[in-house]
Amino acid sequence: MTDFINSLGIILYATLVYMTPLLYAALGSCFSEVSGVVNIGIEGMMTAGAFTGTVVAYFTGNPWVGFICGGLAGALFGALHALATVKLGADQTIAGTAINMLGPGIVIMIARVLFNSTDTIPLTASQKIPKLFTGVFDTTTTFGRFMDNVFANYATVYLVLILTAVVWFVFYKTRFGLRMRACGEHPRACETLGINVIGMRFTCVTISGFLAGLGGACVTMAISTQFRPISIVGQGFIAIAAVIFGKFRPHGAMLGCILFGFCSGLKVVLGGSGSVDMQLLSMIPYVVTVIVLILFVGKSHVPSASGKPYLKTK
Amino acid sequence: MKQHRIDFINKMSDNTFLHILLSIILGFVVGAGFLAIMGLSVGDAYGRLLNSVTNLKGFSYVIVYSVPYIVTGLSVAFSFKTGVFNIGAEGQFVVGSMSACVLSILMPDLPKPLLIPLCFIVAALAGAIWGSIVAFLKIKWGINEVLSMIMFNWIAFYLSNFIAGIPAIHSEGSAEATKNISANASMLFSKDFIKANGLAPTANWGILIAIVLMVLIWFIIDKTTLGYELKAVGVNRFSAEYGGISVNRSILTALAISGALAGLAGSLQLMGMGNRISVFSSQEGFGFAGIVVALMGSSNPFGVFIAGLFYGALTYGGSKLNLVGAPTQLISVIVGTVVFFIAISVIFRQIFSLRKKRSLKAGKEAQAK
Repeated sequence: MTDFINSLGIILYATLVYMTPLLYAALGSCFSEVSGVVNIGIEGMMTAGAFTGTVVAYFTGNPWVGFICGGLAGALFGALHALATVKLGADQTIAGTAINMLGPGIVIMIARVLFNSTDTIPLTASQKIPKLFTGVFDTTTTFGRFMDNVFANYATVYLVLILTAVVWFVFYKTRFGLRMRACGEHPRACETLGINVIGMRFTCVTISGFLAGLGGACVTMAISTQFRPISIVGQGFIAIAAVIFGKFRPHGAMLGCILFGFCSGLKVVLGGSGSVDMQLLSMIPYVVTVIVLILFVGKSHVPSASGKPYLKTK
Repeated sequence: MKQHRIDFINKMSDNTFLHILLSIILGFVVGAGFLAIMGLSVGDAYGRLLNSVTNLKGFSYVIVYSVPYIVTGLSVAFSFKTGVFNIGAEGQFVVGSMSACVLSILMPDLPKPLLIPLCFIVAALAGAIWGSIVAFLKIKWGINEVLSMIMFNWIAFYLSNFIAGIPAIHSEGSAEATKNISANASMLFSKDFIKANGLAPTANWGILIAIVLMVLIWFIIDKTTLGYELKAVGVNRFSAEYGGISVNRSILTALAISGALAGLAGSLQLMGMGNRISVFSSQEGFGFAGIVVALMGSSNPFGVFIAGLFYGALTYGGSKLNLVGAPTQLISVIVGTVVFFIAISVIFRQIFSLRKKRSLKAGKEAQAK
């Protein structure tokens, strides 16, 4: 029984850890998609954030400065995507594909200049994102150890949970959120009401880059300690999948991210025991997603104007 | 003279080919900018790039590299025509190559003229099934195809790794890979021929298959009723439906054919250059390369062929860049920039049409005088 509770604690801990980067990126993706811009470049923006975060933390010694700079690097690529898709009427999928090539290409080139290697130098404990609630729980009891296993977790985990609530509030309880959602459904109607559709979308896509950058920084500054070219491999696409899974709503996307996080956690624990084939185990999150979609979620409503460039009437 | 200039600009503003050419030039300009910032010699890097592909051996490497890019490019281009974005080519490629690999390892003694076509068929079938599942999920339950393709890419990835680990398939040596495929499934040129002509050691017949597929896809898209229907769905699915075309069936057909092509690309890579399949640590990216190639070729089969060769040349040339101290990632930056400018090529059109208006105006004023 104690063993089971311990394992459960570790699974839940890993769930939270692996959920976090996905959720930052997924919240970002929500902003972009809901305002009417398909952002397939999330992956590239995460890579930019992952690299910048560790490099800045390494040179300044302050993880939070690094974390924010990771977000800003993502925002830079977000603004580039916005420039192409919102201002210049580019095809959103093509521009996103370009971002996915440019992001990793540019940061790895910079890594080669700075470190003469494609990897960054590993962060020390004080340069990493700190853990909260360590030593708060009494680890001599089973329950205490369980709580310690689960909740003595990285600060970014708690930050993203708060952020999800904030984003939900912004989406559904503020004027900005209402206008943003309207821009994704019927931009022309918005413009007749005096809403600056172009400005709105530009802001949202840049925010999406910022959040994706934060997500990337979580990978290299919390889960791992350094940036490597294989740090971000597909998390951006999984985040997009989580958003579609959650029907383009922040709280829905969170459920999607928890599902992926939980499956990754399961993999860590079961894989460690060696009783199940690691490759088959790794397949679980993806198979489960498809099954959940078939059974519970079904058709999702894509924002009507999503994917279509909006050209202002003269 | 004025008239001539207007004609030229007219052509310019309608001509995708020139837009793409312009994008490629801009890609190299931006790449040069990055090299300059890094304090590296632009001449050295681009000179190395050009040198490594402009001799017979280098060029044969380029062709070998290009084959999978051309065929995945055709796969994605075909899906674009129907208005479906086949981001799942990656997974279809993987299941295709693994199916061919398993077949050739389990039946190594089949004669070459039987085994090679059989490998192609199995790979195409596997890719087609992988693509059709996604279409089926969309038609039956309305599941977003982009989402399920991303899932199936990863399922294929781990499935391939799983199969590579099965004792009957896994290499007997220490390599984390499958056994080598049967010599009867290999498409390599004979060793003597390669040596006599100084070609790349992996030079193979794959490019001929790529050419056949290119012509075939062009024929299907431009010369058959099927192609017409698929294109109609791509242009406007509602009017296509009104015109009596079944949209669901078209999506299924398009993804099946697109998947078959990606699967074939997988077998071509395996039976040409690869010879075995490694246990992947990250996605190999052939499907994603296919997207880029399809975009650079503006989804035209002949354009895709040229774009595939170009991409192959950049990949092969790029792998030689570290010899002059330039990072290989320069290629991603160049290609990324090219794709970025293709995405905003609307802007070229606007610039050219602005100039057209100006020169028209100037022409009228001159006439008035």
